[in-house]
Amino acid sequence: MANQSYYVPEQSKWPIVATVGMFIMMYGIASLMVNSSAGESTRGAWITFTVGSLIMVYMLFGWFGNVIKESRAGLYSSQMDRSFRWGMGWFIFSEVMFFAAFFGALFYARVFAIPWLGGEGDKGSTNMLWEGFQAAWPLIHTPDPSVYPPPKSLINPWTLPLFNTILLVTSSVTATFAHHALKRNDRDKVKTWLIATIALALVFLCVQGYEYVHAYRDLNLTLQSGIYGSTFFMLTGFHGVHVILGTIILVVITLRIFKGHFSADNHFGFEAACWYWHFVDVVWLGLFIFVYVI
Amino acid sequence: MGVQVRQAMAGLAISLLSAPAMADWTMNMTPGVTAVSNEIFNLHMTILWICVVIGVIVFAVMFWSIFAHRKSRGAKPANFHENTTVEILWTVVPILILVGMAIPATSTLVKMYDTEASDLDIMITGYQWRWRYDYIGEDYGFFSSMSTSWDEIYNRTEKGENYLLEVDNPLVIPAGKKVRFLMTANDVIHSWWVPAFAVKKDTIPGFINEAWTRVDKPGIYRGQCAELCGKDHAFMPIVVKVVPPDEYNDWLEAQKEAAARERELTSKDWSLAELVERGQRVYAAQCVACHGAEGRGNPPIFPALRGNERMLGDLQWHLGVLVNGVRGTAMQAYGDQLSEVDLAAVVTFTRNALGNNQGDMVTPLEVRDFKNAQQ
Amino acid sequence: MGSHAQDHHHGPAKGISRWLFTTNHKDIGSMYLIFSFAMFLIGGAMAMVIRAELFQPGLQIVEPNFFNQMTTMHGLIMVFGAVMPAFVGLANWMLPLMVGAPDMALPRMNNWSFWLLPAAFLMLLSTLFMPGGAPNFGWTFYAPLSTTYGPPSTTFFIFAVHIMGVSSIMGAINVIATILNMRAPGMTLMKMPLFVWTWLITAFLLIAVMPVLAGVVTMMLMDIHFGTSFFDAAGGGDPVLFQHIFWFFGHPEVYIMILPAFGVVSQIIPAFARKPLFGYASMVYAVGAIAILSFLVWAHHMFTVGIPLFGQLFFMYATMLIAVPTGVKVFNWVATMFRGSMTFEAPMLFSVAFVILFTIGGFSGLMLAIAPADFQYHDTYFVVAHFHYVLVPGAIFGIYAAVYYWLPKWTGHMYDEVLAKTHFWMSFVGMNLAFFPMHFLGLAGMPRRIPDYALQFSNFNMISSIGAFMFGLTQLLFLFIVVKCALGGPKAPAKPWEGAEGLEWEVDSPAPYHTFSTPPEIK
Ligand code: HEA
Ligand code: HEA
Ligand code: HEC
Ligand code: CUA
Ligand SMILES: [Cu+2]
Repeated sequence: MANQSYYVPEQSKWPIVATVGMFIMMYGIASLMVNSSAGESTRGAWITFTVGSLIMVYMLFGWFGNVIKESRAGLYSSQMDRSFRWGMGWFIFSEVMFFAAFFGALFYARVFAIPWLGGEGDKGSTNMLWEGFQAAWPLIHTPDPSVYPPPKSLINPWTLPLFNTILLVTSSVTATFAHHALKRNDRDKVKTWLIATIALALVFLCVQGYEYVHAYRDLNLTLQSGIYGSTFFMLTGFHGVHVILGTIILVVITLRIFKGHFSADNHFGFEAACWYWHFVDVVWLGLFIFVYVI
Repeated sequence: MGVQVRQAMAGLAISLLSAPAMADWTMNMTPGVTAVSNEIFNLHMTILWICVVIGVIVFAVMFWSIFAHRKSRGAKPANFHENTTVEILWTVVPILILVGMAIPATSTLVKMYDTEASDLDIMITGYQWRWRYDYIGEDYGFFSSMSTSWDEIYNRTEKGENYLLEVDNPLVIPAGKKVRFLMTANDVIHSWWVPAFAVKKDTIPGFINEAWTRVDKPGIYRGQCAELCGKDHAFMPIVVKVVPPDEYNDWLEAQKEAAARERELTSKDWSLAELVERGQRVYAAQCVACHGAEGRGNPPIFPALRGNERMLGDLQWHLGVLVNGVRGTAMQAYGDQLSEVDLAAVVTFTRNALGNNQGDMVTPLEVRDFKNAQQ
Repeated sequence: MGSHAQDHHHGPAKGISRWLFTTNHKDIGSMYLIFSFAMFLIGGAMAMVIRAELFQPGLQIVEPNFFNQMTTMHGLIMVFGAVMPAFVGLANWMLPLMVGAPDMALPRMNNWSFWLLPAAFLMLLSTLFMPGGAPNFGWTFYAPLSTTYGPPSTTFFIFAVHIMGVSSIMGAINVIATILNMRAPGMTLMKMPLFVWTWLITAFLLIAVMPVLAGVVTMMLMDIHFGTSFFDAAGGGDPVLFQHIFWFFGHPEVYIMILPAFGVVSQIIPAFARKPLFGYASMVYAVGAIAILSFLVWAHHMFTVGIPLFGQLFFMYATMLIAVPTGVKVFNWVATMFRGSMTFEAPMLFSVAFVILFTIGGFSGLMLAIAPADFQYHDTYFVVAHFHYVLVPGAIFGIYAAVYYWLPKWTGHMYDEVLAKTHFWMSFVGMNLAFFPMHFLGLAGMPRRIPDYALQFSNFNMISSIGAFMFGLTQLLFLFIVVKCALGGPKAPAKPWEGAEGLEWEVDSPAPYHTFSTPPEIK
């Protein structure tokens, strides 16, 4: 256990700015949804939402700027570094549990609900309510197609999704290369590998975007097309959001590298970004297997 | 406000006066009238007593310490803080007790799950806020709604003996027969519970749950919806009449005949006044819960029907809302629930009462045509 | 500001900015506790509305729909607004003092965790004033009552839960980082006070389940606004899926509300018995076992939804098993008292009552765990009695015990013992009067969440309401005691309790604004 004294930051305005920003932003989104569902004007809600988001962006710059400045001023000890590590590690664990909820929904629908609706298993008499519905996965016929029009067909995992898998796995590798390069203090290599990682991420996102358009336009695979579409878009969608976030983080890290931040033995910000990136990658592997392949 | 206060005072007076009459100190579970309910009651009592005994022992040691080992009595603290033997003992003994409880519990549970080989199947459907019972294979079914008046609930008259636990049409089942219930719901989750049978099962919209009972003793048994299902969750009681099998068969025949006569009414020549009169009854049974006795509803959730421009303006739309409901809202499709006569009556009623005075009407035959045109 | 890194040995800032911008764990702890008490009063006032309506059969005071809003908001506010923040407040105040750390590991984030709570509850409470009213579907918000049939304000409720979740997760991360990384040299894991242990495990539970709650409300949001069919059979979903995910969160959640109280009681009983805690190691393992089991029992809330027999049996057995580690804790507390030298100041009174009444609540929990019997208990007042016995004399009494125990350390003054004992005895009587008859009501067949009931339930309801009013009013006395103590009173020594042990008693009372800037050495 370290015996240095621990850096306790001065008073800070950022948390309260973050609170105000988050409150306004969330109020905005909620009003937006409620008003548009009720068919009312959404202008005020948009304004609220935008104001809140801008405050959040301002806060992010300010808060992280603050942390970076302190770190560069050498205020952090190795004990502080460990606090950050625990913090980041448990944060990623919480993200894992968030995805677990959606994976759980997918398994439940597949293993229990759909067979019951189709007349199999313990609650098979349920089929009386849905005559003609047959259990199958992926769900290409919904119990009530008039409300949830099913997809015409599904995305073939061995085409673009496979390509995307390769992209993401590769990007995880390049991120690791960048990390090793940083440890060797080979900063040119760090830059190269980081840029490669970001490029792969961007291609991934474009492919994913293309796939969504294809699903909506050609396959009628939508959020409304029954539980398959629901889980498909929620899982890949939240994953996509995380990829976007991860990419932004990587861009920030790259910019910092260009500005000469991080040293060979002190670069937790960099590592945290890598951890996050690997997490996003692992989630994708789960997705690829359970959503696309099986 | 003044009126309300006075009503509340009157209500208070009535209930205080009648308090001695309704003194009831029931404090334990009913043993019920079925084999399963008896088993559950025994299980309940066994576990209760086990807990009481454990509690008495633990608390006895504790109170003894509190009494004897207090500083004011000059107790000197001991310094022990571990004892492997005791610790193992008080881990193992509870496990054994639990195993002892689990065995009878398992056997009862297995019995409750055995819905095979029934003599009679009844489909129970939960609606906001009433029940529907369909006798499977008999092509007969009906709704069952609470019959306690709002005057009683709002303390404007004295409360009857079966306050909140009485319905217009009780479920009737034969004594001594294994009855299987298929349970589902039309809107939200409800739960069908009759304590005397120890049957409680949630009715899940879109799914069917099963339960069963066999009641040997004829009688009237009461229960309630046991899952929060919205505003009037407190007001959807269940009444089951268990009758000897012969009586049951007679009842079923009579009901079916009455239903057939009812269907013939469709082609009768109805006048506006007749429809409004009938519609008033339908409205009171089916619609008040949401749209209010005076048609004022509870906007924005439940729209007012009084002076509702949209409804009064377009008769076809009005009929359509009733027949098909509004998907994704509490407004149900009454097309399959009400007879054509009742549909025509309630539409005509809502256009010509509740402060509305449109002067037009729909006949049962027109309703039939409307329905047929949809298919 | 950066250049004065070590320069934090000055007092608090002046004015409101002290509270808005603070990074000090003691300030943040105080804010959590004050916030929590405010929420307790609001949630309690709603309970008073419920009890007033249930005083007699018939509808007297509120409409059924409003009654449901009261029940829902009462549950939500008590759980997320009163009990959880109170424990986080205690953690903030005490963990750094107990492990010998200068502050929480991530002080700025700590401030954010706190301030998000008022934001979340502002949003939640604002739903009361929206068209269509506040959420009215119970604190368990089962679909489809909360999705297709929910009021428009449901969307705001969902975002309030999101904000609350962010706050809890960050708070928990902070606790874990503090405990694992900030202990003074020599304080090994198995030397940590039990309050620290229980919070470590609670924090783990929080991080594991709050995201799941966030996930399930997100699914609701999508079902409401974007046409997904997670909870709609017509698209292949299932309303029961909602319950599985909710209770996967919900059951660990109830232990989140009790484990820190276990920790508090495990500090206080040895102090007032003047004897070391019996079975320290087994206490730690028991808490661990409870935490692990808590992930495997969620469907005991769903015995009546039609789970296949095999699942029913699994969840019944797993739930029953929790009685074993919990029993170990109860026995250890009793063994700690046995042959001690006890005095009964307010913290001890609340702790002893905790052990007795929590055990009663545990027993009714065990009865509920017996699946066939639960068919008769489920959704009746028997369940309401069960959880108020584990929550009111469990969580709430645990918090009171902690507050009285550490109040001298926080304020530097002794509280008024006579008033505190009055508070205890009135609470004890009121609480039992309010909640014990609910067992009878439930067994006799009274469903929960109803604004009006059949006549045979009149007597016990009236008694229960009287007890509830008594309990409620008594809590105003608590407010008075604390305010009085904060403003003045006899000076408290560094260690006001003869038998107390731990690092927190080695610093002055009141604890200086900054403590343990250099860590103490533990032998
Ligand atoms: C602090 C909160 C808390 C705690 C600690 C507990 C503890 C327990 N609870 Fe409780 N529970 C709730 C809060 C809590 N509960 C809430 C809020 C609800 C309702 C939610 C809702 O629907 O709104 C609920 C509902 C609930 C149900 C669902 C009831 C229903 O809806 O039908 C069940 C069923 O199994 C249950 C069981 C248990 C068990 C077995 C324990 C065990 O942990 C108890 C263990 C303790 C003991 C058993 C006593 C001490 C032990 C001994 C002295 C050893 C020897 C004993 C024996 C061998 C018998 N609880
Ligand atoms: C930690 C959690 C917690 C706590 C502390 C409490 C505390 C209380 N609860 Fe709560 N309760 C729940 C958690 C909690 N409850 C939950 C989760 C539910 C389920 C909700 C659902 O079904 O969805 C519930 C449901 C519930 C019901 C069932 C409602 C229903 O089914 O319709 C009732 C009924 O009596 C009740 C009563 C009370 C009372 C009287 C108190 C008292 O202890 C409160 C005392 C406190 C005060 C009164 C505040 C202080 C005083 C004042 C503000 C001054 C004013 C006082 C007066 C005018 C007298 N609660
Ligand atoms: C369980 C609650 C409930 C019951 C019972 C109910 N309704 Fe409705 N009704 C609603 C709701 C909710 C709406 C609003 C639907 C919407 O949002 O478009 C509605 C809408 C309507 C409308 C259209 C009004 C408008 O402006 O949208 C009519 C007409 C109507 N109901 C008539 C009836 C009649 C007649 C009955 C009885 C046979 C009845 N309702 C029973 C809940 C109910
Ligand atoms: Cu139907 Cu409650
Ligand atoms: Cu539980």
